[in-house]
Amino acid sequence: MTADAADRATALADAARAGDRRSLARLLTAVENHTPLAEAALRRLYPEAGSAHLVGITGPPGAGKSTLVAALIARLREDGRSVAVVAVDPSSPITGGALLGDRVRMQAYASDDGVFIRSMASRGHAGGLSSTSAAAAAVLDAAGFDVVLLETVGTGQSEVEVAAAADTTVVLEAPEMGDEVQAIKAGLLEVADIVVVNKGDRPGAQRTAAQLRAMLVPSVGRGDADPSRRAPKRPEVIVTTAISGEGIPELIALLDRRRADGSSAEAARVARATAQVDGIVAQRIRDRLAEGTGGGATGAVYEAVARHELDPYEAADRLLALLGDGGVREA
Amino acid sequence: MADRPLKVLIAKPGLDGHDRGAKVLARGLRDEGFEVVYTGLRQTPEMVVTAALQEDVDVVGLSILSGAHMTLVPRITALMRERGLHDVLVTVGGIIPDDDVAELRAQGVAGVFGPGTTIREVADFLRANATPRGA
Repeated sequence: MTADAADRATALADAARAGDRRSLARLLTAVENHTPLAEAALRRLYPEAGSAHLVGITGPPGAGKSTLVAALIARLREDGRSVAVVAVDPSSPITGGALLGDRVRMQAYASDDGVFIRSMASRGHAGGLSSTSAAAAAVLDAAGFDVVLLETVGTGQSEVEVAAAADTTVVLEAPEMGDEVQAIKAGLLEVADIVVVNKGDRPGAQRTAAQLRAMLVPSVGRGDADPSRRAPKRPEVIVTTAISGEGIPELIALLDRRRADGSSAEAARVARATAQVDGIVAQRIRDRLAEGTGGGATGAVYEAVARHELDPYEAADRLLALLGDGGVREA
Repeated sequence: MADRPLKVLIAKPGLDGHDRGAKVLARGLRDEGFEVVYTGLRQTPEMVVTAALQEDVDVVGLSILSGAHMTLVPRITALMRERGLHDVLVTVGGIIPDDDVAELRAQGVAGVFGPGTTIREVADFLRANATPRGA
């Protein structure tokens, strides 16, 4: 990267920190596009991040994620807290296009200077977020927002990535979406810190919440829990009606309590840092393989695997050997 | 980055409730490979411009069937200039009398699309005229 680009990154990062929304928006675009400028800006901003509460909002399509986000914005603004939203919708696997429709529910707050909403397309990334959502959240955190809400695409049973990107994970369910067996399956519900049964005005909402509470209790008694064993979380279950705002103050109280409970937040932070660094390592390795070896040597390895002349494990070892210095040294 | 999809805001400023066209276009542009942000009905000029700024879009597409385009569009383009969105392409679709087109162009509108326009025509126009964000 040229010195000029580095200067631009610094200027953009500092302007975003100082409250210039246009610079913040531009920076988020750079982050989405994985540009060198974004990396330079993130290096500058990362030490400034860490004070926002990052809250992941996930759940099936139509459960009310965007409406819940709008209700949370309304309430948090009443408390005088600033809010940023990263709302992810899926990209088409066919054309690469996307329809980003989450703003429809949130537009009432668009002109409030204490609110910043950014839609992102998933761009082929599975897991419920885009590959740059966590970095975008870090930028918004560094820009000084008190709360950053990360809304995933509509998820199914196993898109659990948001749990690594957020301090606190809220999983939305709609009433009558399945029986108790659905609630004891592994996956999404396991990563929830808070389970919200939304559309509380619909029949069956309280019953769904009661079933979830009954099924999400720990499988071992508290007394004989082995602290060295990884145990699933025990989420709180709450009923909301996002469209009317019912249950939202209670949800925010739960979020604040989670935030104050340092131990769980610390675990989430380490998980997030691990996911971020590992992701960058993987990207760097791919970049170096693509650039450094000119693509020729790697292409031959892939083709040999396709012809079944080489097994994929041996192929991976050869590619890693191509990276040169080999071996792990003390950092 | 050259292969980044163009990002388009489809907004309906003003009070008319006819959003079928805007939705069909949003869906059609999605199928043409654009990233389309849809904001829904009854947007004020302020809401449209703030959304365009926060989303850092390459194009703002305004759908107006109320006849209020000569009031709404100049307000939106003026507000966009005020907020530094000089390089964002603005297009208008809807029922726009031919006599108004020249004035809309003078206000900074790059393209005006009336009934009968195909989605392909709009997509080709945006590809040819929008400048993708470089940052």
